[in-house]
Amino acid sequence: MNNDAFPKQPTYYEEVLRKGYPRRDFLKFASMMAAFIGLEQTAIAQVIQALETKPRMPVIWLHFQECTCCSESFIRSSHPIVADILLDKISLDYTETLMAASGTQAEAALKNTMAKYKGQYLLCVEGSVPMGADGVYCMIGGKTSLQILEEAAEGAAAVIAWGSCASNGCVQSAKPNPTGATPIHKLIKGKPIIKVPGCPPIGEVMAGVIVHYLTFGRIPELDRLGRPKAFYSKRVHDSCYRRPFYDAGLFVETFDDENAKKGYCLYKMGCKGPSTYNACGVMKWNNGTSFPIQAGHPCIGCSEENYWDNGRLYERASSFAGFGIEANADTVGKVALGVTAAALAVHAIATNIGKSKLIREHEEEGRESEHELEA
Amino acid sequence: MSKRIVVDPVTRIEGHLRIEADIENGKIKDAFSSGTMVRLLEEILRGRDPRDAWAFVGRVCGVCTSIHSLTSVRCVEDALDIVIPPNAELVRNIMFCTQYMHDHVVHFYHLHAMDWVDVVDALKADPKKTSELAQSISRWPKSSPGYFSDLQNRIKKFVASGQLGIFANGYWGHPAYKLPAEVNLIGLAHYLEALEWQKEIVKVHAIFGGKNPHPNYLVGGMACAIGIDDVSGINAERLAYVGQLLKDGKEFIEQVYIPDLMAIASFYKDWGAIGGGLGNFLVYGDLPTNGYRDVSSYKFPPGAILNKDISKVYDVDLKKEDEVQEFITHSWYEYKEGDNIGLHPWKGESKVKYSGPKPPFEHLDTTQKYSYLKTPRWKGNAMEVGPLGRMLVGYARGREDFKAVVDKALTDLNVPVTALFSTLGRTAARGLESVLTAQWGLDFFDQLLANIKNGDTRMAEMARFDPATWPKTAIGVGHSEAPRGALAHWINIEDEKIANYQLVVPTTWNASPRDHKGQMSAYEAALIDTPVAHEDQPLEILRTIHSFDPCMACSVHLYDEHGNTINRISVMGD
Repeated sequence: MNNDAFPKQPTYYEEVLRKGYPRRDFLKFASMMAAFIGLEQTAIAQVIQALETKPRMPVIWLHFQECTCCSESFIRSSHPIVADILLDKISLDYTETLMAASGTQAEAALKNTMAKYKGQYLLCVEGSVPMGADGVYCMIGGKTSLQILEEAAEGAAAVIAWGSCASNGCVQSAKPNPTGATPIHKLIKGKPIIKVPGCPPIGEVMAGVIVHYLTFGRIPELDRLGRPKAFYSKRVHDSCYRRPFYDAGLFVETFDDENAKKGYCLYKMGCKGPSTYNACGVMKWNNGTSFPIQAGHPCIGCSEENYWDNGRLYERASSFAGFGIEANADTVGKVALGVTAAALAVHAIATNIGKSKLIREHEEEGRESEHELEA
Repeated sequence: MSKRIVVDPVTRIEGHLRIEADIENGKIKDAFSSGTMVRLLEEILRGRDPRDAWAFVGRVCGVCTSIHSLTSVRCVEDALDIVIPPNAELVRNIMFCTQYMHDHVVHFYHLHAMDWVDVVDALKADPKKTSELAQSISRWPKSSPGYFSDLQNRIKKFVASGQLGIFANGYWGHPAYKLPAEVNLIGLAHYLEALEWQKEIVKVHAIFGGKNPHPNYLVGGMACAIGIDDVSGINAERLAYVGQLLKDGKEFIEQVYIPDLMAIASFYKDWGAIGGGLGNFLVYGDLPTNGYRDVSSYKFPPGAILNKDISKVYDVDLKKEDEVQEFITHSWYEYKEGDNIGLHPWKGESKVKYSGPKPPFEHLDTTQKYSYLKTPRWKGNAMEVGPLGRMLVGYARGREDFKAVVDKALTDLNVPVTALFSTLGRTAARGLESVLTAQWGLDFFDQLLANIKNGDTRMAEMARFDPATWPKTAIGVGHSEAPRGALAHWINIEDEKIANYQLVVPTTWNASPRDHKGQMSAYEAALIDTPVAHEDQPLEILRTIHSFDPCMACSVHLYDEHGNTINRISVMGD
């Protein structure tokens, strides 16, 4: 085996070939990733070219106030070679969850990458930073998480805030936020920050964000809240396969009732899909297996800021009610959830009047089909 | 003269753990375990809807995901006297079996294997011999010389790139690595295969709970309504999917995980006499087959074992005030009545007060308070929790399925039963438990199918879902056997809201600091006398600590910052 025959830093494509995947599979992967990051067909060649020629990028992945669900979701990323590529083919130089080295050897690996690849490495942050009590609520190697974050951010090319913890503080920042849990964009200045909220984010979304960055050498287009548009520009409600039931006014009234068995809309059970921007309805979870609404539970809105304090889980989110089904989600999102019963009643009436004709037609159609079948 | 070494961060675990150890004559003489992150979620829960608690406490941990949510809905159901339908119990059990399978495989390959498998040495293996060895221990099809040769070439090129990623600065070449190169190569191959496998088995959670990590639960049952004649419900296709995943999962455990575990263990039999620690084990029991309230129906029987004496199993009562108590003598908290008393969780009181050195620091003062973990005790005893305890209690209770797998493993390895009380025993028990849970998962699945076939499609009991139906006050306990050990939540409901919520978590039992009497907890005790070949390389320490599968975010979870926890004394049970 002559190692000198190979370049020091192989490209993705070379590594893909070495792993025994045919070029066809590589192209398929590139097309799939291109689709996920919302590219036109014509841009696929660009993805392929980038994956063929770029060396592996060093990645530092820090863990603060978190539960490691983001790391777990990341390793669930399931398109044929994504897990391999992203775990092995980026150079994941520091991650407390998976790295072989501990203690001083782990710290040395971190320092080495920070020095050797200054200005080039991608910094991923999982978890919030506790600012209370001078930062003593999260310490690693005798340092506070803030100290570690500031040092690592200094030489980062870009920063990814994984999950709701790093993006908006998540559960530990829910009222009364006793440790002063703080999302990282409030602590790092002067660096591009990509927020990838969700508890956790979908594995393939995490993979998609990294691949976008690797492919184009720049961060994906972000919305006004700093999230990649490709995955966070649509409400779960707009992409939900149960949306027609909402439009038809057909709802689950209580868990496990007849309507639940028929898969009707979960809006009345407290579904936060109408105010939640995420890709769950389109990409689904665990390689497209399902998503919360498909498994009968309302969306809890885990990718939205302050979702723990946006009303109770099973309380009907009424703020968007009364705006009509085509209301602009941005407008809706600005209104606090948990509005009065009056608004609800108004919406119910509006829905019934506005849609009664539609519902009648649906019912009529259904009856006709049944008759036809029986006959 | 001993030398103090520090391992921080301890990696390949969940969360933030620091170990300080004193080494003398190549062995650990004294050890201190410290949890260094806290989120104080208990206070966040106060005043919220009890039906929402599962979602909050589910976020305690994303590795042993689902298990806090399950324990939470059980504790609310206990408080509100809700009995869930059999199908919901079965679905929860199936999800739980899936969790054991996933968690244990990921622990073995991705968190623990590199303590035993020398990745760099695998490059020296002869692929043909590796193939012969693999085929001699398992009928797993990915075992040809070409397969191992391709893998080896990939890793060679990976190493040649100079960018070692997660393998950088590992302890490769350390004298404590004992495996032949061929076994190292098999271990490395299966590290990568397990990474692919683990994302499949959790699809069971996605089907029943919508996603993984953090699937959804429901007080009163499960939200995944059975609608066998509807595309949206749990229909024949969804069920077939679950059945296939469970079957494939079981195959991987039987054909990859267990053969690897046994092959690796056979080279490390000396670790059957290292890391024994306390010898006290605590198990709450789990996987009900006749409803959660019928403890005798549990697949995992409950009980406590003291001083490695498996001829006697003690009963455990979580509601008795003098059984489970938490101490804070060496924890960064304050108690109103002084720091040397123990409190039952229903009287739980915790005011966090950091008194350690100001960061950045080199050492903790371990004569004082040195961790965010409290120190739980059972009747004053330090107890180990986890798979080893579960296997021992099942064995000691005379359960045939436990005896079968334990006796076979002991025979295959040709080691005495005392070898179970060790680092190796802990790691082996986790594998044996995976074999049991993989089979039980399929058994529960068959029962679910039989119920549906017989016309029972109920999945949730909603009669007491509306808070208007609740009593003014209620208290409850929910318990489970999380992958890492005995877990319990205590809730107090007042005026439809959470008045108090307390958790005592597996890693709190195992990783806690000393108690008021100076008794060590499980990690510290297990590290005593562990050999350390190179003081600057903590490989042996990692072996023993990893054998417990630490989960730190769980262990320092939800303490109340202001110490205004309401005292709740048990009025239930005796």
